[in-house]
Amino acid sequence: MSLFSKFTSLFTRGERAVVDWNDLEQTLIGADLGPALAQRVSTRLHDARDLSLPDALAELLSPAERSLQVATDGPTVILVVGVNGSGKTTSIGKLSAYLARQGKSVLVVAADTFRAAAREQLQTWAQRTGVTCIAGRDGADPAAVAFDGVSQGIDQRADFVLIDTAGRLQSKEGLMDQLTKIRRVIEKKAPVSEVLLVLDGSTGQNALSQAESFTAAVDVTGLILTKLDGSTRGGAALAIEATLGTPIKWIGTGEGVGDIAPFDPDAYIAQLLAQ
Amino acid sequence: MFDALTSRMSRTLAGLRSRGRINPVDLEVTCGEIRTALLEADVALAVVDSLIAQVQRRGLEALSLKQAGINPGQQVITIIHEEILNILGTNARSLAVAKKPPTRIMLAGLQGSGKTTLAGKLALWLKEQGNTPLLVACDLARPNAVQQLQIIGEQIGVSVFAPEPGNGIGNPVTVAKAGLVHAEQKLFNYVIFDTAGRLGVDVELMKEARAIKSAVEPDDTLFVVDAMTGQDAVNTANAFNTGVGIDGVVLTKVDGNARAGAALSVTSVIGKPILFLSTGEKSTEFEPFYPDRMAQRILGMGDVATLAEQAKKALDEKSAARLEEKFVTGEEFTFDDFLEQLQAMKKMGSMSKLLGMLPGMPGAQGAQLKKQIEAIDDSETDRAAAIIQSMTPQERSNPKIINGSRRLRIARGSGHEVSSVNRLLERFAGAQKAMKQMKNARPGALPQGLPPGLAAPTSARPPQRPAKKSRSGNPAKRAEQERG
Repeated sequence: MSLFSKFTSLFTRGERAVVDWNDLEQTLIGADLGPALAQRVSTRLHDARDLSLPDALAELLSPAERSLQVATDGPTVILVVGVNGSGKTTSIGKLSAYLARQGKSVLVVAADTFRAAAREQLQTWAQRTGVTCIAGRDGADPAAVAFDGVSQGIDQRADFVLIDTAGRLQSKEGLMDQLTKIRRVIEKKAPVSEVLLVLDGSTGQNALSQAESFTAAVDVTGLILTKLDGSTRGGAALAIEATLGTPIKWIGTGEGVGDIAPFDPDAYIAQLLAQ
Repeated sequence: MFDALTSRMSRTLAGLRSRGRINPVDLEVTCGEIRTALLEADVALAVVDSLIAQVQRRGLEALSLKQAGINPGQQVITIIHEEILNILGTNARSLAVAKKPPTRIMLAGLQGSGKTTLAGKLALWLKEQGNTPLLVACDLARPNAVQQLQIIGEQIGVSVFAPEPGNGIGNPVTVAKAGLVHAEQKLFNYVIFDTAGRLGVDVELMKEARAIKSAVEPDDTLFVVDAMTGQDAVNTANAFNTGVGIDGVVLTKVDGNARAGAALSVTSVIGKPILFLSTGEKSTEFEPFYPDRMAQRILGMGDVATLAEQAKKALDEKSAARLEEKFVTGEEFTFDDFLEQLQAMKKMGSMSKLLGMLPGMPGAQGAQLKKQIEAIDDSETDRAAAIIQSMTPQERSNPKIINGSRRLRIARGSGHEVSSVNRLLERFAGAQKAMKQMKNARPGALPQGLPPGLAAPTSARPPQRPAKKSRSGNPAKRAEQERG
């Protein structure tokens, strides 16, 4: 049974039939909203009779600006961070292609000097999308590589500099400190316009902890929610929006060059409720 | 790892443990709290509900029995433990061994779940046991996945069969077949097939995975799943199980703070055991899965056995014995010991990870200790080593004499700021204090005695003892006791 038919009366405003609130909560938990937020939504719907379910979910979205912040002077520097395997390099590849298609000159920087072949992976993407790639040696100081990348971006008058960083689990304080340092070093050269946290759409409640820790380390300005092409619904990102106010800015939907799109609230909520 | 779940459970269960009697209302409330805890830990809804239903049913039964001398609170804990263990321990086994080598192992899973990293770890683990593994690069889709495997192979000294460059070029089924032939000809006794990440809903790619599988007929097809996965773990596991056929599960990124409910979800839904845990980015950060350890961990009882094992691996017998003696005689803990421990810890894995294995360190003291230990990370270890090595032997054994001018000299000698030296001295003082606390910790300082039902399998020793000594090198002795 589709969610829509199950909770038909919740999709319209006004009078509603008897709703199985437990069932609703469970459905939302199934979308990775987490027990607390699911209960909050259900209570809200229970109290505000003229609210529809999509409205109640939309209320949780952050009011923050979702378009990319662009630097007024010099290249727009975007730092891309996240846990291992969330899709940072792939997202940078796709994002650089997106920006290049809009006629922007883009420079990507491979500051993941830790994982085997991470640099080559980004170089392959850069070749594919026709953007310039700056890379350091394996094991080089990532902050130095990022600094060099931004310097070259300034010299080459690039519109965008996208910096790829090594994946790190947010519980590793040393690695999080390293990230703070990367940002600090970059900012000796140019301000960072955006720090995008790449979040795997299938991540559960740990997503909140990721967003909190990365925000504490490098002040995350937005999310790239990836891998939404499977059976996942990405509800953990809504929990981040609701609690931290960090907006989802991009949605990744596959491994192809074109599989990235700016966040669309309606489409996202539809995906959350898809079954 | 299961930290958060553990702490939540600890809180819930603390009420039960301390209470002599439990009534049906208590049971209901407790089950509600456990339910929320499990959901927050990303255990799949259906799994949580069936687990809670079991606990409730058996809990009521236990209440009605009112056995003399048995604390009903302890009974509920025993029930939860058994139920979790039931799920985690489903068909527990180790890696398959083919009657006629090579043993074929295929890895499958979603993108970014950690297959390639795991392939290296598994190969190294096999190699360390005297096997000759071969890695076969069948991920020809993700840019430079082949190269990643080649680099890893080089790092760990394991052969990699990679006839195709990847990046969309080459046929993975052909590579898999050729890899198997190569392994047979060159007499490798294990062959590991690293495949491309794919989605459960991607029919074409699932077909490809099945084609690889039928081409090489693996002895073990392992589903690699990220410990941070949410509710979708169930769908994905089901899709891979029906699409490719899974024999076992490997849980990755277990070193994070994810509550890893996926472990319960996946094993419960597909009825296949977890074989290994992947616990870090280094090739050695890999361990066999023990259901009982994990179940105990979930219940806040710590994972002493794993800790002891790792400690044994890292500390050589001699230095372990020396530290052990220091501990017993109460001799002052010096910078030399600190350095030795730092290096041993580095070998063992991150400190915070180790701490998670220690049982029963709740409350402010545990949190404080944890903070101190977490504050030390790997690159820090190298720096600390440099600073300590710039100290004179006298300074090392008696840090109290390190005054301002000595600090300046040490800083210059090690190429650091004085502030770094100060920080290290502070940390050392913290570690020294922690050592004292551990040494002085009496059983009473730890959580109330474990329920007899739970302690039974390891009742040969009081569960608290290893906790206070394990960081001092005692594990070697502990392991010996265990063997005995």
